[in-house]
Formats: sequence, C-alpha cells, structure tokens
Amino acid sequence: MSSDTRKILTTDGIPLEESLKQAEKKNKIKAFLLVAPLLLFLIITYMIPIGDMFSRSIDDKMVTNMLPKTYKAMEKWDGKELPPEEVFEAFYLDYKILVKNKTAGKLQTQLNYEKNGFKSVLKKLARKQKKFEEGNYKEQIMKVHKRWRNVEYWRAIKRRAPSYTYSKYLKGVDMYSNEDGKIVQVSEDRRIHRILWIRTVEVAFFVTLFCFLMAYPIAHLLATLPMKYSNLLMICVLLPFWTSLLVRTASWMILLQQQGIVNDFFVWTGLVADDNRPEMMYNKTGTYVAMTQILLPFMVLPLYSVMKTISPSLMRAGKSLGATPAVAFFKVYFPLTIPGIGAGCLLVFILAIGYYITPALVGGASGTLISNQIAYHMKSTLDWSFASAMGLMLLTGVLAIYWIYNKLVGVDNIKLG
Amino acid sequence: MSKKADFVKFDKVDKSYDGKVLVVKDLNLDIEEGEFVTMLGPSGSGKTTCLMMLAGFETPTNGEIFLDNNPISNIPPHKRGIGMVFQNYALFPHMTVFENLAFPLKVRKMSQEDIEKKVDKALAMVSLDGFANRMPGQLSGGQQQRVAVARALVFDPAVVLMDEPLGALDKNLRESMQYEIKHIHESIGVTVVYVTHDQGEALTMSNRIAVFNDGKVQQLSSPDKLYEEPVNSFVAEFIGENNTFGGEVSEISNGTCKVKLEKGEIIANPISVKSAGDKTTVSIRPERALINPKDKMDNNQKGKIEEVIYHGDHTRVRLNLLGNSEFILKVPNSSQNLDIKLGNEINIGWNSHDARALDPK
Repeated sequence: MSSDTRKILTTDGIPLEESLKQAEKKNKIKAFLLVAPLLLFLIITYMIPIGDMFSRSIDDKMVTNMLPKTYKAMEKWDGKELPPEEVFEAFYLDYKILVKNKTAGKLQTQLNYEKNGFKSVLKKLARKQKKFEEGNYKEQIMKVHKRWRNVEYWRAIKRRAPSYTYSKYLKGVDMYSNEDGKIVQVSEDRRIHRILWIRTVEVAFFVTLFCFLMAYPIAHLLATLPMKYSNLLMICVLLPFWTSLLVRTASWMILLQQQGIVNDFFVWTGLVADDNRPEMMYNKTGTYVAMTQILLPFMVLPLYSVMKTISPSLMRAGKSLGATPAVAFFKVYFPLTIPGIGAGCLLVFILAIGYYITPALVGGASGTLISNQIAYHMKSTLDWSFASAMGLMLLTGVLAIYWIYNKLVGVDNIKLG
Repeated sequence: MSKKADFVKFDKVDKSYDGKVLVVKDLNLDIEEGEFVTMLGPSGSGKTTCLMMLAGFETPTNGEIFLDNNPISNIPPHKRGIGMVFQNYALFPHMTVFENLAFPLKVRKMSQEDIEKKVDKALAMVSLDGFANRMPGQLSGGQQQRVAVARALVFDPAVVLMDEPLGALDKNLRESMQYEIKHIHESIGVTVVYVTHDQGEALTMSNRIAVFNDGKVQQLSSPDKLYEEPVNSFVAEFIGENNTFGGEVSEISNGTCKVKLEKGEIIANPISVKSAGDKTTVSIRPERALINPKDKMDNNQKGKIEEVIYHGDHTRVRLNLLGNSEFILKVPNSSQNLDIKLGNEINIGWNSHDARALDPK
C-alpha cells in the first residue's frame, strides 16, 4: 500500500529517520568518548600484550636472520642428498660474518637444539674457516669434520628456515617434531609438562570442589541470618580479602610446617607421634589448603548474592506442600542457587588454574602448577617464547572451559550479584 | 458427617519472640470445619504469627493448637497437611505451572496418572486450563495468584491458610479474586483461615472475622454483627467509618444511658458502661445519622456544615456537631437534599440504639 512505502516526515518536513539520527548523533559521540579511555586502556594493556605474546611464541627469526644467504641458496635444494656447492659457499659466507661479529655461539646453541652434536662441529668450523681458500667450499668444509658429509646436519639447518614455528607449543605438551618432520613424544623420563598440566587441572578442580562444599553453607547462613549476625559473618568472609595474599600464604606456612602450629596441635592431642609429624606443606596438601582458603570468598560472594534473592517463603511453601526439609531443599532451594554455583565455580576454577604465588610458596616440588613453570621460563631460562606459548595455551584452556560452560549451563545463567 | 465446631482450636496460645513482649496473648479460637475465618487487624497485631503457628513455621510459647482434636505443636509443617497461600505467591520459579501443582502430589508419591488428573481439575477450578506448561514468570499477578490457590488446594488439605494473598494485586483484580476465592471455598467446602489487614476483603469473604489488636482477639463474629455491633471502640474504629464522642455517663437506666459531653448531652445504647460516672466513647455509623429525619428519633441536634465532598452516588458531609468537627454524614445522592451547602445549619437525628456507648479510648 502507498501509505506503507511513503516516508514519514517530521513536522518540519525532514524524513523522520534522518531527524532521529541527527538527534541521537550527539549522544552517540558523547557515549563513545566516555568509553574511549577504557577502550584505549584495554587495547594497550590487554590486546597488545596478548598479540605480542602470540608473535613471540611462534617467532623463529633468529636463525633465519643469521643465515640469510644460506637459506636463499637452499631454496632449490630438495634435501635428499648433500646440497650443491652454492649452499656450502653461502653457508661459509654467512658463518664467517657470524664468527667475526662473535655471534656464532647463538647459532651453535640453536642448531644443537635441532641436531645433537652440531655445536662441536660448528665450533671446529669456526676455528678452521680462517684458513679457507677461495673456491670449492664444499670440499674444504667437508674436510673440517666428517659430519658435514652427513645430509642430516644440512636438513637440520633447513628445518629452521621458516621464520615461525609451533615447536614451542609442541614442547608445552612434551612433543617435538623429529628429524623426519614427524610429531612425536619426548622420551618418557622427560615428560614434565604433561604432568604439570594434569596436576594444574586436578588442583583447580579439587580447590573448586572444596570451595563449593565450604562456601555453600556459609553463603546460606549469610543470606538467612538476621542482619546483626550476618554483617559480622560477612566481615569474617571479607577479612582475608583485605589481607595481602603474601601474608595469608605466609601464615599458612607458619601453620602447616612440620614444626608448625597444626602439627604441634596434632602431637599434643596424641593424634600423631612427635617423631612422625605429617608433611602438610611443600606438597599438594599445602597447595590445596592454602588455595581453598584464599579463593573461598570468590565462591561465597556469588552464592550469597543469589541466595539473598531467594525468598524464604519458597522453602516454607515446599514444606507446607508436604515436602520434608531435605526434599524441599533439593527440589526447591538447590535448583534456584545453580546460577550462583555456576558463577562461583567458574570464577574459582579460572583463578585457580592460573594461580602462581601460593603454589610457588607452599607447593614444593609436587605442588607447583603450570604457572610456576611459566614463571620459571621467564625468570630463569629466559625462554620467553616458550613461556608465551604456555601462557597462551593456558588462556586457550580457560576460554575452552568458558565455552563448555556456556554450552552446558549458559552464560546468561551466571549471576555475580 | 456432622461438622466439628472446633476443627481448628487455639487453646490459651501465647507467643513471644524475644521473651520480653508477647506478640500473641492468651489466644482462644475455635474454627468450625468448612468455615471461612478471617484474621483481621493492623500490622503487628499478631495475626500472621497465629497463621504461622498453625502452619507450623512458628511454635507457640505456651498453650496448644489442635487440628481435628489432635495437638499439632510437635508435628513438623510438612506432616500437618495444611495448604498455604503466601503473600508473594511463593510459586517455584524454576518449575512450570504443572510442576508447581504436581509438587505436593509427587512428594506424596501419587501415580503419574492421578497427578495429571488432579492437576487438570485444580487448573480448571481456577480457570487456568491450558496454562500448565507456562513458567510462573510468564503469568500475570492474578494468574500467579490463582496458581498459588490451586497449588494449596490440589492435595485436598483439611485446612487452607491464606496470608494476605491479594495484597500485591490492583484494586479491580483484588475484588474479582475475592469473589473467586469465596466461590471456590463454597464449592469445595474446605476450611479456610485467611489473614488480611483489608476490612473490605474480610467483610466480603468471611463467615466469621476475628479482629486482632495488640496480640488479642478483640471480637470474633460474623461480618454484619462486627459492623453493626462492635463490642469495643477499637473494633468500631477499625471496621468501617465511625463518628465518636468522648464523654461521661450521667444517667443509666433500662437499655439507654445519657452521656454528658463537653457541649451538650446525647442518649446512647450502653454496651460497655455499667454505671453513672463511667468514661465512654460513643460510636455512631455515618449512615445511621439522618438529615431532617421524618420519623421521631430520640437524638436531635443541630450542626454546621464545614465540608462537602461529592462522591458520585453519595455525598460526604463533614459537620461540626456538639463540639466534634469531624462528624461525617453519608448522604445518598437524591434531589431531596438540596440545602446541603457549606456553612448551612442542619438538623441531624439518630436513634439512641445506634449510638453505642463503648469503652473510652
């Protein structure tokens, strides 16, 4: 009909849509300017570092940059037999510069990662190359060490040709790509990362479970007690929040150590013999105890905020309709707290999976988590690309958990307050 | 089967929450089987506490409550078999209407077939057929209220308690729900104990009304008696509108008494005064005082009109009468009363029988 297609005009004759846009333009600009600082802050402190982490984790330009001529010459080489003379020449020229600049050591280390025994071969070449004559470099190099006649070593160089690599990610799950380019597991006695991943998930899971079991009654009390008691209880819950994390962890160390207060108490009550005090610290037990206590408020608060909204008359209604208190609880009260349980568990699990300070201090060897390994590579081995790769794997894992949670429960059901 | 006169019995029940103040004092109340009894009173008068004690969510500090001659103080709420409709409906928000209604039947381990039959019947009773699969959040306030009523009745309880169930509804809906609940009560004959602070609701629905104040039942009687024959000045004041005169009895003799006011004297019906010299409050319903009465009445006074408020079907007139400037008249809207104008002096008359001399305020 014509009246449907006709444009609606304002009293001044401007099309309504245009007029509306004009009217809202100012507000939109204002709104954007208000969020702009936050947006900028997020980009600078969150997006850029994550992007940088990613590029660092796959970055493999070092060897590529050190041997530019070699890789150019290697482009035509199929890798089946020993490379032709041009490759040898290019390698000699590249390496000469490196030796002159005293940066050959880095190349030696990097290529040794790729093929064991490469370091000594290269060191020998560094000494001998000074006396090289012009021409026929293939012969001269092969004379320096018989391993240069082995095509494996040349393949090892070629494998480092791409300027990016996923080897750090493979290393994160105790795998590597071998000389044939196949992805295989490292030998059994060197599989440390996989244990750490499993332990991290296990600790996070149990900490979440313990937190849930302890927080549920607390939150229920908080939500149902009269104001004057619940305020006091709330302060008790929040007090750890206001105390430094380090102080809390340190106080657990005082409590849990072998000559500590808890052990003294056990001995005093005769529960354990004085010469047989249980080890409660520097192992998983310590990590569990300390992390559960530290993360407890993160479970209590979402649960409390949900329970606060559940009318007490619902439980009464359940009972008046003939349900025993237990049935009324599981059929009426518990299902209504699920949004809070979801929020609390997700929060605690995600915090626990990346926890660092507490496991580092009370975890010992068997209680450290993947985050401690990341920190170790950042501070001690300075293998930042490996640390970045593991950090990103952790981040991906957290996102995956969030995704699964969304599929199972629905993020809309989360209630934080 | 004869109806038991004391199907629900409160026997000398006291209740205190803090050991200092009695919220309910020496409550004695018998409720007949199948009766609709309303507990009416201002907030804090103890009526909800009484209901909670009957439901089992509070325990009496002293005394005993009997249900069908059995003491129930030691029976937990879920074993009492008493249905309850809550103020905010208390429907389970995570269950459909069907699941809400099936809940009391499921915990009684009924067969699925019986459950479906009973739920359908209950939904039909509150005219909500076809709403079984809705969630409570998708229903309007009135519909939620009906589901709550149906849920309280679906398991055939002996007694249904209703705690201000219509408080959250708007005026029109409230009125139609009042009739609906009344009709449901009449058709199934369940005993209902209803709590409200709305006197109109109480008068409309109840067989008997217990007026609560200060933890005590002030009067327990049928709605008409309560309105026409209040036994004390609180009830007279609380139920309906009321004109009062404070004074002192000067003479008392067979069925009438003279009450001396600050200005003048009136003849009244002695209800709670015994002898001359007693202080008293005389209460007269606005509709019992007439302008220029045709029949002879034993009280005739002149009053000055101070305010006239038009109400459509009637006009409210505020007079200054015998020193009481808050004397209200309700004048039916007819062409006769044309001299009702601000400032006019008019003659007012009423029968001494309708002027009840009650306890002093």
